[in-house]
Amino acid sequence: MSLPLLLEIGTEEIPDWMIEPALGHLQALFQELLEQNRLKAESVKTDATPRRLVLRAEGLPERQPDAEELISGPPASAAFKDGQPTGAALGFARKMGVDVADLTIQNTPRGEYLCYLKRTAGRATRDILAEGLPQTILGIHFPKTMYWTGKGGPRFIRPIRWLVALLGAEVVPFEVAGVKSGDRTSGHRVLGQQGIAVSTADYEQALKANFVLLSAQERRRKIESEIEALLQGTGLKVRPDPALLNTLVYITEYPTPILGSFDPEFLKLPEEVLVTVMRHHQKYFSMEEADGRLAPRFIAVMNTNSDAEGLVRHGNERVLRARFNDARFFWSVDQQKKLEDRVPDLAYVTFQAKLGSYLDKTRRIVKLSRRLAKLAGVESAAVERAALLSKCDLTTEMVKELTELQGVMGGLYARAQGEPEEIWRAIYEQYKPVGMEDSIPSTATGRILALADKVDTLVGCFRVGLIPSGSKDPFALRRAAQGVVKILVEGKLSLPLSKLIGKDQALMEFFLDRVRYYFREVRGFRYDEVNAVLAAGCEDLTDVESRLEAIQAVRPTENFEPLAASFKRIKNILKQAEFAGGGVPDATLLEQGPEADLYSAFQALRSRVKRLRKKREYRTALEAIASLRPQVDSFFDRVLVNAPEPDIRLNRLTLLHNLLSEFSAIADFSEIVTTLADARGPAASPGTRP
Amino acid sequence: MESFQDVLFKLKKYWSDRGCIIQEPYDLEVGAGTMAPETALRVLGPKPYRVAYVQPSRRPADGRYGENPNRLYKHSQLQVILKPTPDDIIDQYLQSLEAIGIDLRKHDIKFEEDNWESPTLGAWGIGWQVMLDGLEITQFTYFQQCGGIDLDVVPVELTYGLERIAAFLQGKDSVYDIEWTPGVTYGDVRLAEELQFSVYNFEMADVPALWKLFDLHEKECQRLLDAYKDYPDKKRFPVLPAYDQVLKCSHVFNLLDSRGALSVTERVAVIARVRKLALGAAQCWLDQQNLQSEAAGAAEVAQ
Repeated sequence: MSLPLLLEIGTEEIPDWMIEPALGHLQALFQELLEQNRLKAESVKTDATPRRLVLRAEGLPERQPDAEELISGPPASAAFKDGQPTGAALGFARKMGVDVADLTIQNTPRGEYLCYLKRTAGRATRDILAEGLPQTILGIHFPKTMYWTGKGGPRFIRPIRWLVALLGAEVVPFEVAGVKSGDRTSGHRVLGQQGIAVSTADYEQALKANFVLLSAQERRRKIESEIEALLQGTGLKVRPDPALLNTLVYITEYPTPILGSFDPEFLKLPEEVLVTVMRHHQKYFSMEEADGRLAPRFIAVMNTNSDAEGLVRHGNERVLRARFNDARFFWSVDQQKKLEDRVPDLAYVTFQAKLGSYLDKTRRIVKLSRRLAKLAGVESAAVERAALLSKCDLTTEMVKELTELQGVMGGLYARAQGEPEEIWRAIYEQYKPVGMEDSIPSTATGRILALADKVDTLVGCFRVGLIPSGSKDPFALRRAAQGVVKILVEGKLSLPLSKLIGKDQALMEFFLDRVRYYFREVRGFRYDEVNAVLAAGCEDLTDVESRLEAIQAVRPTENFEPLAASFKRIKNILKQAEFAGGGVPDATLLEQGPEADLYSAFQALRSRVKRLRKKREYRTALEAIASLRPQVDSFFDRVLVNAPEPDIRLNRLTLLHNLLSEFSAIADFSEIVTTLADARGPAASPGTRP
Repeated sequence: MESFQDVLFKLKKYWSDRGCIIQEPYDLEVGAGTMAPETALRVLGPKPYRVAYVQPSRRPADGRYGENPNRLYKHSQLQVILKPTPDDIIDQYLQSLEAIGIDLRKHDIKFEEDNWESPTLGAWGIGWQVMLDGLEITQFTYFQQCGGIDLDVVPVELTYGLERIAAFLQGKDSVYDIEWTPGVTYGDVRLAEELQFSVYNFEMADVPALWKLFDLHEKECQRLLDAYKDYPDKKRFPVLPAYDQVLKCSHVFNLLDSRGALSVTERVAVIARVRKLALGAAQCWLDQQNLQSEAAGAAEVAQ
């Protein structure tokens, strides 16, 4: 008979962002438990609300299958003497707890041995689960856990308050943190009952009757469809915000959206401020009019079924009004002191304990942005001014309250205080790009400032040992480095990497990981193309991009991959010969035919390729190199590199070395994986994520 | 309509009915109810304890000269400590809201992640901010550590923001319009105090004098803590007065901060100095408790 399993871990409210990863982990741990016990389920699925993590399996066997294990004892030759069991045989039987008569002689790969076929009856699935589930539950990984039963007690994300564990109609009995498993669940905190008896069949329905929608998908649909209904005929639109929607799905058990409004007077405040207050502080969706302007309305999502008297709407409107009033106050009070006059105050704002205050950082950014502007050929006065003012908004009341608006606020204040657009926009966009989907700063000044800020953080943190490891990256250095790469490439800034980050080898490695990630995952180049191009140099990322584009374009042509294979061959030959290079081939030692042909073709090409390379016409250069293929092929078909005469051999190696080094400046072709099946390779190997 | 003081009375009565000692506010300046010894020290060690008190909490940097309708230099917290935490604590908490007239079926309650931490006290906990119709009304924390010490028994700390709750119940947009008791507003009682302390805290507090005070309190505290080890009759030892000196240091630090007198490095260093004292006092207090319970245990055995 096959049985369904229901496991519900009833907790106090779990932080929304931890729930989905926890479910993944729960499922994996459960599968492990099954595998370890030779059990199989037809299906396993998980669900959650803030107060419950749920795993349901279908088709579990009532018992584990029986097991047979062949245990070998002494060799048959030593087991019996004159038809009588020896001491060795008797000892083995004793050890197995059976009579010698229960043992058999078996033919094993090592010869004939006295063996015992041990049969173990499968255990009841219920017993296995009762034993294993406590560890499965407590094994779920959470970023931060607590204890609640006392020091040394079990740890979980929040206290476990009830457990439902049913296999078929029976409770799987166990205990975690003093809570015994049973068949009773709890409904919605306010609208539902407690101690509701459930079965595996009626569980989800029983929850629904108690105002708990177990399925995240269902909660999401309820929010979306009810918002749509609220907006019917209003002409308003919701500004889509999938991350906020997901948060709301996981902080509610029975979500219901309501539509609220605020005084249109507040629309005089910068839209950035209004949206941030609504989004980050109140978890409201912003709304817009048909023409795209921000509307004086919002959508809040309640964790209850209705707001019949409008009290919840009224309460939320009141809170929002207070927050907007605060913001209006900050906006006017902050204007009383210009950004410029706030520079000294930055001494009182910590950047990082070991790296000093934001005043220290500002001084470094000013210097660095001046240097970068010169290197990039950007006019430096505006950059320096923007850099000087860039962190001043950290001392404003608005940013102290709405930290998400740092940078943006500085830009808005700079604009209000009459700074030219070039400067205020650079300040406004200094933290861009905030992710790989975000755009880079829109102006050259802004790009230099954003680079200087990020590079300062990276170099500083690496210097004092704050290097990201695993999932720990408190200063968001990966994002900063990713941002630098994106700005350099997409901003077409030919700044040498070593000039940006200096000599720190660990930081260079860290950067190269970001560079690889960017070109592979964001730009979609193949991993071997990226390796080939980076092996030929990675100082200038705009140049890396040009070379990659050229490779990508030339790769499908008929000569390219075979030539790449030949280059790999050349590399191997030189390596085996331990040939260090140097010198040029001696034309007089060349054999007529393929060798001389290759040499003259190479001679004819090299200066042309060099010229094309200088002009960064990599595609044409690569096509020219690829045109050598017939000569290279025929050389390898008909010429023996390892000629018996040492001088001829040396000359041939020199020729190959010249060929390789001359034509490897765009990309190291030997890195190209030449069978197409391989070329997809380990594109997503561990450690390449940003 | 519930007056401000009705809310206080009802919450105190509610928790009194659930076995809490009702304490009066601690009579020193503190930044939060947590700082009062009734919380900061009593959470240490295995001894059960239940207490509730209103604690006026002074945060000099939060003052707004009485001009901001929601921000106060001094606000009132109702602090509840239940040690150990009862299993149905959230239900008990929700019923306390019903007790002050909030019909939960007509409102929206959410528990949003918020882990409280006090670097000066060496304390932190796990919990939520409780949101009522989008308004944060309570900080709900399971204490994990205090004075740098892992707690034997996990207490729950409920910190109700009383002005916010009263303004919510009365539908007032400004705390100063809250009715304290019929005919008297919160502004009548407290506006002058907010204004004058804002002036003092931001403009007139004498920074060199504050530094001197800090040094004096620190020295006095450290002198006491150093004396603990060799003090013969430990139960007589003045740990609680030493802890008072920690509180004074902490308040002077807050004043220096609101005067903008602390650079980044100074700020970090001063927090570390207060923290060192707080950890020392917590250690002594716990040691004293353990000696007393050992003595009590020995007395029982002797009988």
